[in-house]
Amino acid sequence: MKLSRRRRQRIVRVAGYLVFVLVILVVVAAADWGRLSDAFFRGDVARSMFPEAITVALRNTIIYTLLAFVFGLTLGLVLALMRLSSILPYRWAATAYIELFRGLPALLVLFMVGYGIPLAFPDREIPGGVYGSVTIGLGLTAAAYMAETIRAGIQAVPKGQLEAARTLGMSHTRAMVSIVLPQAFRIVIPPLTNEIILLTKDTSLVYVLGVTPATIELTKFAGDTLNTRVNPTPLVVAGLLYLVITLPLSQVVRALERRAGRER
Amino acid sequence: MSTIEITGLHKSFGKLEVLRGIDLRVEPGEVVCVIGPSGSGKSTLLRCVNLLEEPTSGSIRVAGVEVTDPDTDIDAVRRGIGMVFQQFNLFGHLTVRENVTIAQRRVLKRGRAEADRVAAENLSRVGLTDKAASYPAQLSGGQQQRVAIARALAMDPKLMLFDEPTSALDPELVGEVLAVMRGLAAEGMTMLVVTHEMAFAREVASRVVFMDAGAIVEQGPPAEVFGKPREARTREFLHRVLEPTHVSETEIGAHLTD
Ligand SMILES: Nc1ncnc2c1ncn2[C@@H]1O[C@H](COP(=O)(O)OP(=O)(O)O)[C@@H](O)[C@H]1O
Ligand SMILES: [Mg+2]
Repeated sequence: MKLSRRRRQRIVRVAGYLVFVLVILVVVAAADWGRLSDAFFRGDVARSMFPEAITVALRNTIIYTLLAFVFGLTLGLVLALMRLSSILPYRWAATAYIELFRGLPALLVLFMVGYGIPLAFPDREIPGGVYGSVTIGLGLTAAAYMAETIRAGIQAVPKGQLEAARTLGMSHTRAMVSIVLPQAFRIVIPPLTNEIILLTKDTSLVYVLGVTPATIELTKFAGDTLNTRVNPTPLVVAGLLYLVITLPLSQVVRALERRAGRER
Repeated sequence: MSTIEITGLHKSFGKLEVLRGIDLRVEPGEVVCVIGPSGSGKSTLLRCVNLLEEPTSGSIRVAGVEVTDPDTDIDAVRRGIGMVFQQFNLFGHLTVRENVTIAQRRVLKRGRAEADRVAAENLSRVGLTDKAASYPAQLSGGQQQRVAIARALAMDPKLMLFDEPTSALDPELVGEVLAVMRGLAAEGMTMLVVTHEMAFAREVASRVVFMDAGAIVEQGPPAEVFGKPREARTREFLHRVLEPTHVSETEIGAHLTD
């Protein structure tokens, strides 16, 4: 029997949904709710995490995210311009970089920066200590993704914009800075905001660099508290604090995309 | 000295030879209208004048300066040549006023007050004083094209190039743009205009140039080119554009069988 694509898709969708409901039902029926809430929702454990959860852990998570984002954005912009350059070696170098860093796990790159660079340059330190290492370690990977996003944004600006600017006597650089890039950035704000969300979550990898109580971020902070209190409530607290950052950002992305959709 | 002096201009895109030896002069104060079928190389000719396209060979002098000379500062040459595009190409992220001031500020290094004054002057010239704070997307096509003209004029060009400035407009908006261009011509602006508006060319042009297949087929005063064209290709083209409803099936190789 040959089913139409449409029909087949619908059957797959319904089946998937039924499996989903079944799993939920099994979990709900099997779980011991009294013990679960004792384990994951212990008020005293949660309270003991504050205010450090916010003043140190959440704060560092945000700082790491922003540092890596700014570094990644700057490098990403340079790479995007190199990819669009008329000079062949620039294009090659940028393409090689992007392919390499998109293909490597962020954790591996972070390790390389945290341990590889000090080994390679023993008499130099990465400026800013852990903050510097995180900036570079997470930023290198983020730059590869952002470069592709920015390149697409630049290419989405109609060619006539650059021509009109050149016709008015602007140099290529001036036309890019004043006319093309501002419009390209407007186009890529939603995907770049997504990139911030991904980076926020990637800061949970920072523990591999060995953080101190002053440089600790949310995931490591929760893990440490879990170990000392022998209770998983900190995981819930950390999870909620991540959502405090990421949920508004997703809302921003959605609002921007809706607006972009309307303007078209 | 001629404003434009083109000699032996050839332009190829890969194997496709688009301009096959163009010789053309435009004198100061002249309005030269270029007409011809789609694909005949009119846009390419215009775009070679300000080097948006690199000529394959030949010479182009603008106000005596050889634009194809690698030592020529092309940005400086372009400053003196205004260009108006079929698709307007207004800067979408800037207001109308900013569209008209940005090149004044960044290229001519005029102060904000002076740039604003020149912008206001030129916006009033095209009848859009009240739209200075609007964004291009809020304007009609005709208004956008008039802003584009004001933007070019704000640079005090000695020469204006128009590439089918009304072809992207709804018919009822064509008139307002042509009126602005007519005013410019009356003020003595040197203009090279690619257009399909035959009435405009007939009335405003000092000279009409008919191009076909990358070459100038004939040129002369509008009364001659439109009144008694010498070349068969010109007659055929004019017949098609002036009486589009009368083009016969045999002319386009189509035959209705029933
Ligand atoms: N950048 C380009 N690359 C390749 N071919 C082009 C390019 N620009 C124009 N052409 C070709 O050159 C020919 C002339 O184009 P154009 O000057 O735009 O003609 P017109 O303006 O008279 O309609 C057309 O066949 C067009 O396809
Ligand atoms: Mg054209």
